[in-house]
Amino acid sequence: MEKILEVKDLRISFHTFSGEVQAIRGVNFDLYYGETLAIVGESGSGKSVTTKSIMRLLPENNSEIKSGQILFDGKDLTKLKDKDMQKIRGKDISMIFQDPMTSLNPTMKIGNQIMEPLIKHQNMSRHAAKERAIDLLKLVGIPKPEIRVDQYPHQFSGGMRQRVVIAIALACNPKVLIADEPTTALDVTIQAQILELMKDLQKKIDTSIIFITHDLGVVANVADRVAVMYGGKIVEIGTADEIFYNPQHPYTWGLISSMPDMDTDDEELFSIPGTPPDLLEPPKGDAFAPRNPYVMKIDLEQEPPFFKVSDTHYAATWLLHPDAPKVEPPEAVKRRQSQYQGTVGVGNGVALEKDKFPGKKEGK
Amino acid sequence: MVKYILQRVGYMIITLFIVTTLTFFLMKLIPGSPFNNFEKLTEVQREILLDKYGLNEPLPVQYYQYMVNMVKGDLGISFQFDNTPVTKLIANRIGPSAQLGLQAMIVGAVLGIFLGVIAALKQNTWIDYGSTFIAVVGKSVPSFIFAGLLQYYVSVKLGWLPVMLWKGPEYTILPTIALAMFPISIAARFMRTEMIEVLGSDYITLARAKGASRWQISVKHALRNALIPVVTVMGPLAVSLMTGSLVIEQIFGIPGLGEQFVKSINMNDYPVIMGTNILFAVLFVVVILIVDILYGIIDPRIRISGGKAK
Repeated sequence: MEKILEVKDLRISFHTFSGEVQAIRGVNFDLYYGETLAIVGESGSGKSVTTKSIMRLLPENNSEIKSGQILFDGKDLTKLKDKDMQKIRGKDISMIFQDPMTSLNPTMKIGNQIMEPLIKHQNMSRHAAKERAIDLLKLVGIPKPEIRVDQYPHQFSGGMRQRVVIAIALACNPKVLIADEPTTALDVTIQAQILELMKDLQKKIDTSIIFITHDLGVVANVADRVAVMYGGKIVEIGTADEIFYNPQHPYTWGLISSMPDMDTDDEELFSIPGTPPDLLEPPKGDAFAPRNPYVMKIDLEQEPPFFKVSDTHYAATWLLHPDAPKVEPPEAVKRRQSQYQGTVGVGNGVALEKDKFPGKKEGK
Repeated sequence: MVKYILQRVGYMIITLFIVTTLTFFLMKLIPGSPFNNFEKLTEVQREILLDKYGLNEPLPVQYYQYMVNMVKGDLGISFQFDNTPVTKLIANRIGPSAQLGLQAMIVGAVLGIFLGVIAALKQNTWIDYGSTFIAVVGKSVPSFIFAGLLQYYVSVKLGWLPVMLWKGPEYTILPTIALAMFPISIAARFMRTEMIEVLGSDYITLARAKGASRWQISVKHALRNALIPVVTVMGPLAVSLMTGSLVIEQIFGIPGLGEQFVKSINMNDYPVIMGTNILFAVLFVVVILIVDILYGIIDPRIRISGGKAK
């Protein structure tokens, strides 16, 4: 498996009036060709900042990349000049945003907005670009593209606009597509349609996707691998099966327990108590320690390193240390773990319907 | 679109009717008489004068008479300015006022928008602070101060331009600058605020994500969206500039409307008050219509779908 993108020890800070907010505190991950990596975490965990920094879309005046590398195609994106970055944005790496209602220019025809990257990156004539724009609209499932291409965003519904945003992102067949909560602002039926469309298109144009979301249901639907972020760090990373059926980090346990489950008749929905850490003064030990029901003394003193669970599965929690006491994970997690053990030989599609999506490479 | 404009013209006529009616009756409430030394005249002389100008009739009759004449295009005869017909008075005076106002408006809008845009693009740099400084000065210092300073330094000291009067293009430069300071500051402030807001919006981030250059982002994506609120404030401002700035016209000795209007009010010159007021009202509603049409051109969401919606 070849890597298309490598993020190494990325640290990003925002300079605010109250001080330096350490939004990203040493993030490492790789993205492989053709895979979908989901980054999950609650608001403020740093998932959007991580991906915006890949695109170099962070506000220039108050954000700073303190250290680290983002390697793409042998180039370190953190070191590129803005002019060179413009050649990569929209061509090799493109992005889909959260709110389709605000991410299209209201005073510009849909067609022109799709044609912009084509004219810029592929030197197409206006005529050729318009033809391609119509093809793209057809590709993302917009009826009557010949008419729609000359319309304005306000003439489209939310779901249709998100399709247009996807068309823009895919215009130049990018190698990496970053989807920043692309379904959060849509209602559930439209969500499903958009996810279906993205999976379908990934097959067609063979792109790698980084999918940011806080919705684990969506993750189960699309992801090959999952990275769980908390307090500006990745706390657990593994294949979707590993994260869903054999999670190791107490924060992941909390996330999974707080997912509504159709199989049980639990009346109450679990929620993780407490609030996210203040990244103005990041805690000394494990950032999750104050909210962790399994907290140990060392959690408060020293940051846990990554412990290897399998070749693809790592988690940063002291519970995996050989000297740590054995703890019982929450009920919901235990249920899942027993399912997992019953279905070793990952990818047989028991609950994740994984075999529906080709392009999944791990675990085979 | 045609249907929309016709409909708007209909509303305009109703508006004008109401404005005219209100002005007519309010004007009659101003104490005093249009004639000098009216008290010293004999009863007979007064009767003759009032009869001559139709002021003896009951108010509703006067009103009816006025409206009928107005529809025919006759705004009456001035009591004070040598019995000249009001239409002729206004026609003689509107040229300089309109020219000066228009020039000031164009200079103000262009410079103001330019200043606002660069201030927003270079936010919190000395360019931004400089533009803000100009805007604050332009808004808080009255135009007659600028007029005086310009006259003293540019005309008297340097001798580059004529001090006053209205005899050719070079005479228009100083009053235009003095009058333009206000619209410059208004446009610059609005433009800066709007640009900053638009530049922070999601579709600008998307444009950046497409690989668009800074220039493309500011001109193609941001400017047009930021212009919408600016057009709103500039419209009515244009009317007030066009119909004459009394002070500037006085200082530069420009034979414009503003001066005449104030004089006519002081002297109860009813036909001139009415005529000028109707002119202002007409200009105002026409400019508002133009602003609305401009909206449609700039912003497709407001574009009037006269049954054209697909």
